[in-house]
Amino acid sequence: MRQKKLYVLLAALVAGVGGLNATAALADESADAIARYREMIADGNPSELVAAQGEQLWKTKRGPKNASLEKCDLGLGPGVVKGASAQLPRYFKDTGRVQDLETRLMTCMQTLQGIDPKAFVDGKWNKGEMENMEALVAFIVTESNGHKISIDMSNPQMKKMYELGKMAFYHRSGPMDFACTTCHGAEGKRIRLQDLPDLRTQAGAAAGWGTWPAYRVSSGEFWTMQHRLNDCYRQQRTAEPIYGSDVTIALSVYLAATAKGGTVLTPGLKR
Amino acid sequence: MATNPMKIRAANNGSVTEVKALISHDMETGQRKDAAGAVIPAWFITELTAKHNDKLVLGAEFGTSISKNPFLAFKFKGGAKGDKITVSWKDNKGETRTDEAVIA
Repeated sequence: MRQKKLYVLLAALVAGVGGLNATAALADESADAIARYREMIADGNPSELVAAQGEQLWKTKRGPKNASLEKCDLGLGPGVVKGASAQLPRYFKDTGRVQDLETRLMTCMQTLQGIDPKAFVDGKWNKGEMENMEALVAFIVTESNGHKISIDMSNPQMKKMYELGKMAFYHRSGPMDFACTTCHGAEGKRIRLQDLPDLRTQAGAAAGWGTWPAYRVSSGEFWTMQHRLNDCYRQQRTAEPIYGSDVTIALSVYLAATAKGGTVLTPGLKR
Repeated sequence: MATNPMKIRAANNGSVTEVKALISHDMETGQRKDAAGAVIPAWFITELTAKHNDKLVLGAEFGTSISKNPFLAFKFKGGAKGDKITVSWKDNKGETRTDEAVIA
């Protein structure tokens, strides 16, 4: 209680008049400035450059089998890219498991091109074969821009993944006892003056899931969803998941199912 | 090292043409270090020119304060649909790249 009083006093001192209202206004102003900044850079999303490379790569014959990915089935039939990522993750009959975009691409690269998935699982972000994955992802998600988020939950495996994802979302771990909900489980939370979406709600999940993968201006890198989720765990100061592991797919299923009906705005552009 | 193409869009609204170019370049400042602690050598665009047909409409000197994969937008008077816009850059390693677009 004493601390709270002190805070009010400090806020009043800093802001002169108006106390807490003035600090809140300051925060709003920053949020507005960020929104203006986003508007300014929205036209020049460098994801376009990455996507252009990905499109080339999709058609290029590569790997030990010297094949392109043009026969890759992302869920809408072999070679269909348009709108495919808006309906991922999904259950695939041929592999008998639920896959997100990146694990599906790993399957395609392995079966069609003969590229060992180890290149990704043991790979480093933005390096070597992983860079190719990022380019392909950029291309594919660009082709779903404007589509509605709609994943097929009819298969029991999808329901299982949803439950696992939900559990992982609320599961606290690491030295700080953080869960996804610590930052993404309430309305109006902010980190570094950036608004954090409440991922438990449809609107929040749509804002989050619908704008990733994205280009991050601060690092000048294109980040896939796997990279985003991996970094959430890193920020949780807990064990980082293996690339393409079930928990990452489960979290994606949970997010995509919650975001159902939202609009895909990928590739996003983040600060 | 091969360079990647720029994405150039140009639109005319009657009297003014707006050009938007997304440039693929690392723009290393020379002040960063890699994971092993070694300095990453500077590598950035030094000069950029934009031409409308053969007439120079923009000349710029770039430096290390410009971001990776820069986005450049500018307007000039004149231009007509179907005209050619050419953007070229040169970097400190002497590499160059030129790409073209048609005014829409």
